[in-house]
Amino acid sequence: MIEIDKLCVGYENKKVIDNLSLNIKSGDYICVVGPNGAGKSTFVKALVGLKKEMSGKITLKKNLKRNEIGYLPQIKKIQDNFPASVYEIVLSGCLNKLSIKPFYSKKDKEKAIETLKKLNILNLKDKCYTELSGGQQQKVMLARALCASDKIIVLDEPVTGLDPTSTSDLYKKISELNKKDGLTVIMVTHDVETSLEYATHILNINGKNTFFSTISDYLHNNTCECVESEAFNDTNI
Amino acid sequence: MIQIFSEMFSYTFILRAIIVGLLVSLCASILGVVLVLKRYSMIGDGLSHVGFGALGIATVLNVAPLKIALPTVIIVAFLLLKISENSKIKGDSLIALISASSLAIGIFAISLKSGVNTDINNFLFGSILAMSKSDLILSIICSILVLILFIIFYNKIFAVTFDENFAKASGIKTNIYNIVISVLTAVTIVIGMRIMGSLLISSLIIFPSLTSMQIFKKFKFVVITSAIISVVCFMIGITISYIFGTPTGASIVIINLIVFIIFWIISIIKRH
Repeated sequence: MIEIDKLCVGYENKKVIDNLSLNIKSGDYICVVGPNGAGKSTFVKALVGLKKEMSGKITLKKNLKRNEIGYLPQIKKIQDNFPASVYEIVLSGCLNKLSIKPFYSKKDKEKAIETLKKLNILNLKDKCYTELSGGQQQKVMLARALCASDKIIVLDEPVTGLDPTSTSDLYKKISELNKKDGLTVIMVTHDVETSLEYATHILNINGKNTFFSTISDYLHNNTCECVESEAFNDTNI
Repeated sequence: MIQIFSEMFSYTFILRAIIVGLLVSLCASILGVVLVLKRYSMIGDGLSHVGFGALGIATVLNVAPLKIALPTVIIVAFLLLKISENSKIKGDSLIALISASSLAIGIFAISLKSGVNTDINNFLFGSILAMSKSDLILSIICSILVLILFIIFYNKIFAVTFDENFAKASGIKTNIYNIVISVLTAVTIVIGMRIMGSLLISSLIIFPSLTSMQIFKKFKFVVITSAIISVVCFMIGITISYIFGTPTGASIVIINLIVFIIFWIISIIKRH
C-alpha cells in the first residue's frame, strides 16, 4: 500500500529520520514507538504530506492519494470556546473530496452520519465539541479521520491525557476497525504494552537503533527487548 | 418610527451611508468570526490604523482616498500574515509598531495639507458624510465580492480555522485561505473606515462574533447570528445618531457593547 524507500526527514539541516525503508501493506496495524524527540511525529507528518521529505521516497500504491490518508493529529488544545458542533467537525473530514467544489455532497453528509453511527457517537451530533470529555473528543477526531479515508488512518498519540477507560475504549474501537473493515492503522504511541496486544507490526524510531518488525519477531528478539525497556522508561518520565 | 425612517432615507448621504454600512457590517461580522477564532483580531485593529495613514497621504496627494488606502492595506495585511507565520518575530508587538507609525504618518500628512483638525477627526471617528458616489459603487462591489467569496470558501475556511494541520493533510492549500481571509478583511476595513472611523472599525469585526459566541455553539449559527446582530446594531446605532445628533461610529459601537453585555448575562444565567 505504501512503500517507503530510504526516507530522510528533519528540520532545517538536521535529519531526524535517516534512511528509513519499510513497506506498509493493506490491513497492517503498525505501532510507531520510540523515545521523545526521536521523530515519531515527524515520520507521520511526512506520511500525510505535512512535511517534505529531504531525500528518499514515499510511494503510494493502489490508487491511494496523499490526501486520502485519514489523519488524527496530536492532541492540541483547541480554543476553549471554539463554536463547532460534532457534525460540522466530522463532516470536515470529507474535505479531501471537495477539491474545487464549494459544498459537501449528499454522499459526504451521509458518510459523516454513517461514521458517527459506527463509532456510537451519533447522540453527540449536535453537541459542541469543546464541551465534550477528552475521550469523546478523540472519538470525534477519529470519526473525522475515517471520513477522510476508509483505507488507511494515521494517528499521532491518540490517547495522551485520556483516562484508562476512554483509552482502552478507543484502542478497542481502532482494533475493531482494523480487524473488521481491514483498515490500515499507523499509530504513534508511548504505550508499548498495548501496541503488542493489538498491533501486527512495530516500528521503533530511535536513531541508529531504528527497526521495523512484526510483533512476533519483536518479542523473540533479545536485542529489541533492551529498546523496549528504554521505551518503557520514556513513558515513566 | 416609520416617519423617522422615511425622513432619514430622504437624505441621499444617509441612504448611501446606510447601504455601505449594512454591507460592511455584514462582511465584518462574518469575517470577524474567523479572525477572532484564529486570534487575528489585533490584525484587524492594526490594519485600520494603516488605513488611516493611507487616507492621510491620499489627502495630501489629492487622490480618491479608497484608491490609495485599498492597495496599501491589502499589502500590509499580506505582510502581517507572512510575519505572524514566522514565529521568530513577535506579531503583536509588530502590529503595535505599525499601528502607531501609521497614525503618526497619517496625522503628519494631514497637518501638512490643511492644518485643520476636522479631517483628522473624521478619519479617526468616522463621518456619515464621507461617502461619495464613486466610493459608494466601489464599496458595493467590494462588499458583494467579500460575501460571495466567503460563501464559496465557507467549508474550507471552517476547516482551516478549526484545524490547520488536518486541512493541510486533506490537500488544502491553507496559505491561500489565510491570504483570502486577510485580503477580505483589509477590503472590509478600508470601506468601513470612512463611516466608522479607523479607531472604531475593528469593533465591527470583533463585537458581533464575540456576542454571538456567548450563546451559540455551532459554527454556522455563530456566523449567521453574528451577521444578524451586526446588521441590527448598525441600524439601531445609525438611527440613534440621526435622532440625537450623536457621532455615528460611536453610537454603533455603544449599541454593540450593550448587546454584548446582554448576551453575556444570558450566557451566565444559562450556565447556572
